[in-house]
Formats: sequence, structure tokens, C-alpha cells
Amino acid sequence: MSETTNIYSSLYQQSIEKYGASDPGFISKLREDALNLLTKNGFPGKKDEQYKYSFLEPYFSNGYNRYLAPKPISFDVNHLFRCDVPALDTQVIILLNGFYFDKANPLKTLAGGIIVGSFKEAVKKHPDLVEKYLGKCANSTDSYVALNTALAHDGIFLYVPKGKLLEKPIQIINVLLSDEDLMVQHRNLFILEENSQAKVIVCDHTLSPVKFLTNSVNEIFVGENACFDYFKVQNEHNESVQVSHSFINQEKASNCRSTTITLHGGVVRNNLTVKLNGEGCENYAYGLFVSDENQKVDNALFIDHAKPNCHSSQLFKAILDDSSSGAFTGKILVERDAQKTLAYQRNSSILMTDNAKMNSKPQLEIYADDVKCSHGATVGQLDEEALFYLRSRGITESEARLMLMYAFAFEILNEIKIEPLKDRMSELIEKRLRGELSRCNNCEMHCS
Amino acid sequence: MLIIKDLKASINNKEILKGINLKVNAGEVHAIMGPNGSGKSTLASVLTGREYVEVTHGKVSYFGEDLLEMIPEDRARKGIFLSFQYPIEIPGVSMVNFMKTALNEHRKFNGLAPLSASDFLKVMRDKKNLVEIDSNLTNRAVNEGFSGGEKKKNEIFQMALLEPKLAILDETDSGLDIDALRIVANGVNKLRTKENATIVITHYQRLLDHIVPDFVHVLMDGRIVKSGTKELAYQLEEKGYDWIKKEVYPELNGNEVL
Repeated sequence: MSETTNIYSSLYQQSIEKYGASDPGFISKLREDALNLLTKNGFPGKKDEQYKYSFLEPYFSNGYNRYLAPKPISFDVNHLFRCDVPALDTQVIILLNGFYFDKANPLKTLAGGIIVGSFKEAVKKHPDLVEKYLGKCANSTDSYVALNTALAHDGIFLYVPKGKLLEKPIQIINVLLSDEDLMVQHRNLFILEENSQAKVIVCDHTLSPVKFLTNSVNEIFVGENACFDYFKVQNEHNESVQVSHSFINQEKASNCRSTTITLHGGVVRNNLTVKLNGEGCENYAYGLFVSDENQKVDNALFIDHAKPNCHSSQLFKAILDDSSSGAFTGKILVERDAQKTLAYQRNSSILMTDNAKMNSKPQLEIYADDVKCSHGATVGQLDEEALFYLRSRGITESEARLMLMYAFAFEILNEIKIEPLKDRMSELIEKRLRGELSRCNNCEMHCS
Repeated sequence: MLIIKDLKASINNKEILKGINLKVNAGEVHAIMGPNGSGKSTLASVLTGREYVEVTHGKVSYFGEDLLEMIPEDRARKGIFLSFQYPIEIPGVSMVNFMKTALNEHRKFNGLAPLSASDFLKVMRDKKNLVEIDSNLTNRAVNEGFSGGEKKKNEIFQMALLEPKLAILDETDSGLDIDALRIVANGVNKLRTKENATIVITHYQRLLDHIVPDFVHVLMDGRIVKSGTKELAYQLEEKGYDWIKKEVYPELNGNEVL
């Protein structure tokens, strides 16, 4: 057992003492198995293929404070937070340091029996529902996922029953606020039954100039013919480290889109694992990051085509400035039964300086014989010809560069299907490219 | 307006222009003709400030200023416009945004306030009619998915908006059918005034039926070997370039050594 895993073993013991009696049996079992996996495997080392470009163990062994229950912090949401996308009509819920903030209403039932609220509360109130899904999707042997399973106590729970439609998108604000260095883990569980629809928007905000470490897991179940749209903007400050995992399980004829835009953050690692577990599924995954200084952003995808006639498409783009570095690993697995698969993957990056670095590794593994798959990766500079074309019309070089970078990013922005959000993101990206802080203007939260 | 004196330029240490002399006055149209590889486009590149062309000798003065010292955007703002032989596609940059930014940079340079969005659209509408450009082209990204003819029309449309003093049309006729050619030429003619000048670079005399030049220069092996009036263009069309070669380099006896 390594020193790092020791930290978490003892935290786990505290967790058992505190919650062991009240946790339902299936949760205790999941946690115990996860901890065993973690202590057996340890954290991914420098040579681990999955984490080749993100050696994160040092962060996890560092002196962050770790809490099993929310620390009392005075936080006036109305004073501090007004979402700055005014036209964005959403239902806002807040996670403060990984714990559900609205203690007065930990779990709400909306029209049509839709349930949304605290994961912790859902475990108490709807153990059957949670048991049916929890850990079924996030069943990987990834040590960070195991760590989350063993020790995450709260997060967001969303349940959309058969045939129901969530009218307004749910907007989850991950607020990090602390006077000491803090590690945060939360667990989100999204369940969409047959024929249901939902949209979720996630915004990350860091409000204190201390170091934050986040290790989060999303489990997303998209039932037969259901439709799910997931949008995440990562806007933590550059002293923060974030590992996020999204597991998506899709049933027959379901449709899922996910978009992750990374504006700020010191070290960011995003894992996306998709299983197309029924015929005729569609999955679209988009990602964009803009990095500078010494930021590190690493996106890893695994798309499993398990059934025939599914369509998946991944487009990930990056603009890297200064000494920032990035990585992309995208694996598409087409299983033997998955005939007539359509799978496309593209990763394009622009390096603005000689010191910026990008590692890109698209992979295809195909066991079916009647499929159409393609993948590609490009890493390059801005198109000099295009730059000259703009300058030859009287546009200054810096402005011309900006226009081209923005145009490059636009391909992703254009895929955001919620109009006010698309407009706002376009503005934020433009500001980011201009080197201005891209925090939201009307919001008191000083995210960057 | 423009005086080029003994201009020599190289690309990757290979000398392409070997001593060009040319004088262009306001109100004039100059045609530069010549076989492939004679240096026509390189000359356009030098005038607009492309970095890959290295000027090794000579001077270019533009309204009395040293043109070669200026960065490309300043040349553009001072009235030099190049209609590209191969206009660049720029996905994601809209025509409207592109032209609004360019026009306002010109205005700023001339001490004028930027145009408001509505004023700009009005200007754009007027110019669109002038060059008979399809209105939905301007709603798209710069040149993206445009046909060859649309791209060339778009160049002339940009020229109409920016109102240059010296327009350089680099093979603007290549790949155009006769209708598109007429539209492009009409646009150029409508934009001609006593104050501005045009340099038409072309292979073929065809375009010169529509844009009638005051002077025709034959560029060969990096030098202007013959200058004349539009009659020279007809002679070239009829007899090709070989007779000039013989005339200019009698010692070669018509053999291809250039």
C-alpha cells in the first residue's frame, strides 16, 4: 500500500465510523470494493498508458484538506451569484465544495415525477432507484473513479421518469469556496428513462485564491429513445486541479450530446466513457480548450460501439498558448456485433508558440466487418495564407490572428444548441483569446 | 503614384525578379502579361508585402513613400488592394464581420469614426449591387464553399468596399466563364476614377477586351522586356510569346533556354 492510498484508507475508516451505520448495504459494499481496488492498484504511475500525460498522484498525496461533510461556510447565494446569461432560463442548483447547498430542499419532485436534488438525500429517500443504477456505468477499474466511489458523499441526483420531459435545463453550479486548500469529490447520477428528455448545464467556479483539487464522477443513463444534452464549462482558476469522469450508457435509439469547454484551470483531466448499448444510438461529443501559461488539459475518450447501427462523432479542438500543454486520447471500439457502425473522430489543435505542446492519439479498434469509421488528428499553427489575406485587407496582424483563432473555435461553439449559452460562450471565448479574464461580468463570483 | 526602380527579388534564394522598372500614374490601367513563371505573381507579392519574397535590390515608392518599409496592413490602408489569384477560404469568419473589421480599420486609419452596424449594412448593400454579387454570398463564411467565379466576384466586391487607390488584379480572369468575366470587368470599370490606378496581371488578352489598358507590359524571366499599348496584347494573343523572345534575345535563335 502506498503512502497516497494510506491517506484514503484512513479517511475511509473515518467515513465508516461516521456513516457506516446509516449507509444502505449496497452503498457500503460499493465503497468497500472500490477502496480495495484502489489500495490494490494504487494511483496511475508515470508509465500508465491511460494517464501517460497526466501524472496526478502528487496532487492526491498533497496537503489538501478533505471533508466527509460540508464545513459550515457563510455563503449568501443571492448576494454572490447571479448567472450572467440572463436569457438562459434554467433551474439553478448549487454544489458548494461538492455538497448540495440548498439544505432546506434537499430533494425536489417536479411536475411529472421528475426528481432532482442531493445525491446523498436520494440515497436515503430512493435507495431502490439508486441501487439499480449506481456504479453500473462507472464500473471501470480507474483508481480515481474508485476513489470517488469509496469516498464521495454527495452530488446531484436527477431522475426523469418514462416519457417525461424536463422543461427547463438544470444548471449545476460547482462553487468552490474555502479559506484553506481543499479536496472535493462529488458524485452525480443522472437517470433518464425511456422516451424522456433533459438538458444539463454545468459551470465550475472557484471563489477563493487557495488550491483546489476536484475528483468528480458523472454517471448518465440514457434510456430507450431518450434524449440527453450535457454541457459543461470549466472555468476554475489556475491553481486548481480537476479530474472529471463522465460515464454514459445509452439504450436503443437514444441520443446524447456532450460538450466540454475548458477556459481556465491549472490541471484538467476529463475522461468520457460512452457505451452504446442498444441499436440505433447517436452520440455526439465535443470539446474545446483554450490554454495559456502552464496549464495542462488532457481529454481522454472511450467510445464503445456494442450494438449495430449506432452513430458516434467526436470533435475536440484546442488552442494552446505560452507553455501550456494538452493531450487527447480517443479510442473507438467497434465490437463484433456492431455492424453498420458509423464513427467519426477528429482532434485539431493550434499551437501559438514554440513552447506549447500537444499530444494527440486517436485510436480505432474494429471487430465488425461492415462499418464506416474515420479518425484524424492535426496539430499546427494558424494558416499563414489566411493571415496574410486578412492583413492585405487592412486588418492588423493581432486582430487577424484573433479572428482566425475564433473561427477555429467556432466550429465547436456552433454545436451548442442552447442559443443564449452559445452567444455567451462565444463572447467568453473571444475574451479569453484576447487574453482578458473570461469570467462572467454580472456575477460577483470571481472565478478567475 | 507608383514608381518601381530596378526591383530584384528572390524566393528561397532563387532570383525571380531581375530588375523591374515601372511607373504607374493615377487614372491609368496597366496590364502585365507574360508566360507562366515569368514573375507576375511575385511582383504582386512584393507590392502587397508577402514575407516569403525577399527584395534584394531596388526601390518601390508609393505616393513618395518607401512602400517596401510598410507592413501589409498599412499598405492596404494606404490604398493598395490585391485581388488574389487564389482567394483564401476562411471557415468560421463571416464575410460581414471580415469586411466590417477591414472597412473600420481603414476608417480609423483615415481618422474617421467606425461605421455602425446598420450603416455598414447599407454600404454593403450598395456595393453588392455594383458588382452584382449574390446577396447570400455575403451571409456566408469568407470564400467557404464558393465557386471559382464567386470567389473572384467576392474579390471585386471587397475592392468596391475598400475603394483602393491602386488595385492589383492577379489573374482575376482565370477560371471565369464569359458571364462572370463580364461582371467582374464591369465591377472594375465602374470603380475606375481619375484618382485611382489599376494593374491587371493576366495571361490572356480576353480580359483586356473588357478592362481596356492604357499600357501593356510583357514580363519575361523577371524583366519587363517590352511595353506598348493595347495593340501589343493583340499581337501576343495572335503570335504567342515566342516572337518576343526572339526579338529580345536574338542570340538564342528561338531556342528555349530561359
